[in-house]
Amino acid sequence: MKFVDEYRDPALAERLVTAIRQLVTHQWTIMEVCGGQTHSIMKYGIDQLLPSEVVLLHGPGCPVCVTPVEILDKAFEIANRPEVTFCSFGDMLRVPGSHGDLLSAKAAGADVRIVYSPLDAVKFAQAHPDRQVVFLAVGFETTAPANALAVDQAARLQLKNFTVLVSHVLVPPAIEAILAAPGNQVQGFLAAGHVCTVMGSTEYEPIARKYCVPIVVTGFEPVDILQGVYMVVKQLEEGRSEVENQYSRSVRSEGNRPAQALIEKVFRVIPRKWRGIGEIPASGLGLREEYSAFDAELRFNVAGNVVEESQDCISGLILQGRKKPPDCPAFGTLCTPEQPLGATMVSSEGACAAYYRYARGR
Amino acid sequence: MCLAVPGIIESIEGEEFARTGKVNFGGVVRDVNLVCVPEAGVGDYVVVHVGVAISKVDKEEAEQVLEYLRQMGEEDVKA
Repeated sequence: MKFVDEYRDPALAERLVTAIRQLVTHQWTIMEVCGGQTHSIMKYGIDQLLPSEVVLLHGPGCPVCVTPVEILDKAFEIANRPEVTFCSFGDMLRVPGSHGDLLSAKAAGADVRIVYSPLDAVKFAQAHPDRQVVFLAVGFETTAPANALAVDQAARLQLKNFTVLVSHVLVPPAIEAILAAPGNQVQGFLAAGHVCTVMGSTEYEPIARKYCVPIVVTGFEPVDILQGVYMVVKQLEEGRSEVENQYSRSVRSEGNRPAQALIEKVFRVIPRKWRGIGEIPASGLGLREEYSAFDAELRFNVAGNVVEESQDCISGLILQGRKKPPDCPAFGTLCTPEQPLGATMVSSEGACAAYYRYARGR
Repeated sequence: MCLAVPGIIESIEGEEFARTGKVNFGGVVRDVNLVCVPEAGVGDYVVVHVGVAISKVDKEEAEQVLEYLRQMGEEDVKA
């Protein structure tokens, strides 16, 4: 496939690995923000290709992982109502809440459906006026335009049977939370290419300046990631801390303006709780008041209970790059992708799940 | 979760908030919402996430980066 295969070329990857080896003189710790990048790094063994001076830490960039248990419990409660058709991206179905996951609700008879796009859920609602259609709107900035479009379309169509359960999170506040934490080890970031495709790269400039960290907007294929690492290491070796763009075939510094306008129209910035990390101020999106008729939490009056997370699980430390999955005593024993204890094991893009799948035997 | 895939636009219908198109992803054709990429036309590649195009692929930028990477290796060999 064009614009994919070129970036999996082993010869180019090898050149970049050689260039990184020639460049590096110090020990550097770099965090990739996005779970999709973590998945690629483990799948292609990129961490093992790099010289030992360069350590990759895995960031909080998996919305499935950081969705708080309270939202999963609300999803479970709403999905179990007889009048509801509950629509979700496939990767949310197996994430356990306090009482079970959506897949087990489906197995017990609830009408739970996997959709490829939130716009498919709107179509379903239009075609089935007798059903209350609820979409679980999770994601980072990448997914926000699609979810905003779904709400906007539902409003234009004046649908009375479509709502969204929103748990949207934003990347820059999470990066700041990591950098501001005592004992932070991260010296440079690979920023998430698709988040920046939507939002642009300028919002990272104050962070790079304030914390003196290089931030390189990076794509998802092996060559992209190696070039991103090369660019971060080059900045670190030269004592620079700037925002640079490796993923220039998709990311413009100002981002995608029509997409941003849609997000702005439907959502507002609110504090959000992150599974494994806790509440971060101004770190998420919620529906604007004008769209409250499409808020599933209001429609179904689901009260918010606070849920304690497992004490055995160190996913909070892993999400912040302070521990790696094998450091956890529960990893691969008490905690597996089939029976996950916490955030980073629940989705294939979580660091623990990626290690479990690709690096258990190392 | 933020997975997005490049595909080529084969046809476009509708306008403004209803602008959609058929996008071919290496042989698989899907309906894609094109509201966020008003600058993209038939024959352009777009990056698509959950049924919505979020950018038009900049072919020149892509080619420049690849050329830079190829040269990077050549220079090392010469050195």
